[in-house]
Amino acid sequence: MNRRENLKLLFTGASGFLLAGCSVEESSVEEVPAPSGFSTAGRSPEEIAIDKKLLSETFFTEKEVEKLNYLVEVIIPADEDSGSALDAGVPDFIEFMVKDIPSYQTHMRGGLRWLDNRALDRFDQEFMDLSNDQRISIIDEIAYPDKAGPEVGNGVRFFNILRDLTSTGYFTSKMGFDDLGYVGNRPNVWDGVPEHVLEKYGVAYDPRLEDVYLKPDQRGVVAQWDDQGNLIG
Amino acid sequence: MSFEIKEGSQEYDAIIVGSGAGGGMASKILSEAGFRVAVVEAGGDFDPAKEEHRTQLRFPWESPRRGAGTIRPFGDFDAAIGGWLIDGEPYTKSSGTRFDWFRSRMLGGRTNHWGRISLRFGPNDFKRSSIDGLGHDWPIGYDDLKPYYDRVDKLIGVFGTKEGIYNEPDGFFLPPPKPRLHELLIKKSADKANIPVIPSRLSILTRPINNERGVCFFCNQCNRACQAYADFSSGTCLVKPAMQKGKVDLYTNSMVRKVTTNDRGEATGVSYVSKEDMREYKLKSRVVVLGASACESARIMLNSKSKTHPDGLGNHSGMVGRYLHDSTGADRMAVIPDLVDRDRYNEDGTGGMHVYTPWWLDNKKLDFARGYHIEFWGGMGMPSYGFGTGMDTLRSHIKDEFGTPSPNGGYGAGLKKDIKRFFGTTVGMSGRGESIPRYENYCEIDPLTVDKYGIPVLKFNYNWTDQELNQAKHMHDTFEELLTGMGGKLLGTKPGKENEYGLHAPGRIIHEVGTTRMGNDPSNSVLNSNCQSHDCKNLFVVDGGPFVSQADKNPTWTILALAWRTSDYIVDQMKKQNI
Repeated sequence: MNRRENLKLLFTGASGFLLAGCSVEESSVEEVPAPSGFSTAGRSPEEIAIDKKLLSETFFTEKEVEKLNYLVEVIIPADEDSGSALDAGVPDFIEFMVKDIPSYQTHMRGGLRWLDNRALDRFDQEFMDLSNDQRISIIDEIAYPDKAGPEVGNGVRFFNILRDLTSTGYFTSKMGFDDLGYVGNRPNVWDGVPEHVLEKYGVAYDPRLEDVYLKPDQRGVVAQWDDQGNLIG
Repeated sequence: MSFEIKEGSQEYDAIIVGSGAGGGMASKILSEAGFRVAVVEAGGDFDPAKEEHRTQLRFPWESPRRGAGTIRPFGDFDAAIGGWLIDGEPYTKSSGTRFDWFRSRMLGGRTNHWGRISLRFGPNDFKRSSIDGLGHDWPIGYDDLKPYYDRVDKLIGVFGTKEGIYNEPDGFFLPPPKPRLHELLIKKSADKANIPVIPSRLSILTRPINNERGVCFFCNQCNRACQAYADFSSGTCLVKPAMQKGKVDLYTNSMVRKVTTNDRGEATGVSYVSKEDMREYKLKSRVVVLGASACESARIMLNSKSKTHPDGLGNHSGMVGRYLHDSTGADRMAVIPDLVDRDRYNEDGTGGMHVYTPWWLDNKKLDFARGYHIEFWGGMGMPSYGFGTGMDTLRSHIKDEFGTPSPNGGYGAGLKKDIKRFFGTTVGMSGRGESIPRYENYCEIDPLTVDKYGIPVLKFNYNWTDQELNQAKHMHDTFEELLTGMGGKLLGTKPGKENEYGLHAPGRIIHEVGTTRMGNDPSNSVLNSNCQSHDCKNLFVVDGGPFVSQADKNPTWTILALAWRTSDYIVDQMKKQNI
């Protein structure tokens, strides 16, 4: 759907409808900001100040970022459909979230270090110095909570948090939206579930309500009622 | 931007404190009657049509926290500047009691983000004491408010269907949107259980009602406030139009400290602290109308002590702050395995749910006296912070072509695919019920604590009773029946007595009312049946405070109807020179 169609849908309705104080060209609904720029629209000065402060601070060390970059790519790798969590900028998102929700910090810092402890115990080297197979053998110990042994409980908890942050970071990115196939957040006209989907799930619209539901072609007609509350015209 | 007036250089006919549903309606009706009106709002100006205020149609990556609720309880894009906790504006609680107080400091208040569920109270809802012997009847009935509900429907717009249910009165409805897929599946399950599911009644314009506001373009983001003004919020639909047409001055960032009175005990205006320069200002008027929210209006009255009103303005009865009550709430969700691998299409729809369940049972046969309605959620909504999480327990609901479930947890391409296959498979239900108003549940002034403006704050005392607990228990039984009836795998465990059947703390449903209740007896009510103070004839309350009982309906439509009726009365009395 192009921008012109978007705007047509957005402003379909009352004839001569104009938005006070907002020109149509200003409300660019398809605008995607640069990765570094976040919207401050509708936010109070106090809220903007909080975000500015968090964005100016750094939590993870370079060594931790290196490990994080590796891990998010293991959790959400590139495939034939799309890029990886690293490609989608997930480590930057995690960096922000651990400052935004400080209770994550010790879990993340301690968890990243726990990987080194485990690597040293098993292979006598730190995690990032291991071969890929060795790293994966440690990840396999902690990635499946139903199967993991009690001796790696701390690792499981860390990996659950990291999986959550990585998955949500990826699927709330532009790349993740495209990969997921989410097609909303744009002006449109809802006219019910597609026919083939209704059939697939064995459901149908109540025929008694057929005349009552919104008809898309009526969406520009100003409503009027009779004294009994019946829509006329 | 507040006006630079220290001492009232001009006298208003009416000062309205607060710009939410009640204050907004009063500003419209009083200004249309030709009166000179001041609206005094504690927060800043807000207009979702302005690009610098617009959060609608933004994507999660426009927020550094992807819309998480760290700062605002309902996330970065939610149009509520404020929340249950506001820096510098504390409140306290008596030990062993609970109450969470939600405030939106902005033009339009909480109407900017509310759920737009616009239900009329029914005839029974005004006369509950006559039906079950608990609490008190309202001094007015449905017939008194019906003409005003009718006018509110036509002025503001609400979609719905005529159902002919006695206690769910029909109105002047716009066409409802068709249900979404999960809503059709819920309806099918509810039919088996003999539980009604009918089209929602939401104040969202599926068709235009005038030439000033646009129509819904189905982004499902009413909580972000609408740039086309296609849903009801007080700023866009009432206050701003009133300012364009009438003599209305808006004072923003102005925190009212007290209502001023004269020797005869009549209101003379308000004193407020400007948040911009932290100085005190005074405004004068013939009438003061409080619409600051049930608790904030009670706080202002209790803080407005004088020789003639030693216990607070209009508080000779001692009832200001008493009978505080919120709706009950409990929720449950499930995974619907049949919905794995959904076809993709735009399922956003209007804000909120397209269908709901009104209260359907006879309380005489149950162990709780009042009913609840059920709200539904689910579908392929826009991912936000939290999407894709929980795969350490949820992933096993996804099966491969041979019926083998995926392992919980994991990583890699398989996990990535499974999260995509899981999209749109969860369905949830929220019960919202009527609680019993009690003298014992109240807010009062905390003698030891002030906010950063130096104004004494509220202290809350609130506990649920078995009435509410039994109702929440029943909600959960219903949720399980409906969810398992559609093949759902319930998530979490069913809450029991030890965790109060999952009943949310008072204040969490944000329907608190009753603190300045109306009544015919001045010894046990604050206002008369016209929402006029028994003790101070030029003081009125137009928010949720006057409610004698909060039905299982969301209160906004009744606040609007009641505020219109009260405003008509003020116009009448001022024209007759009675006030």
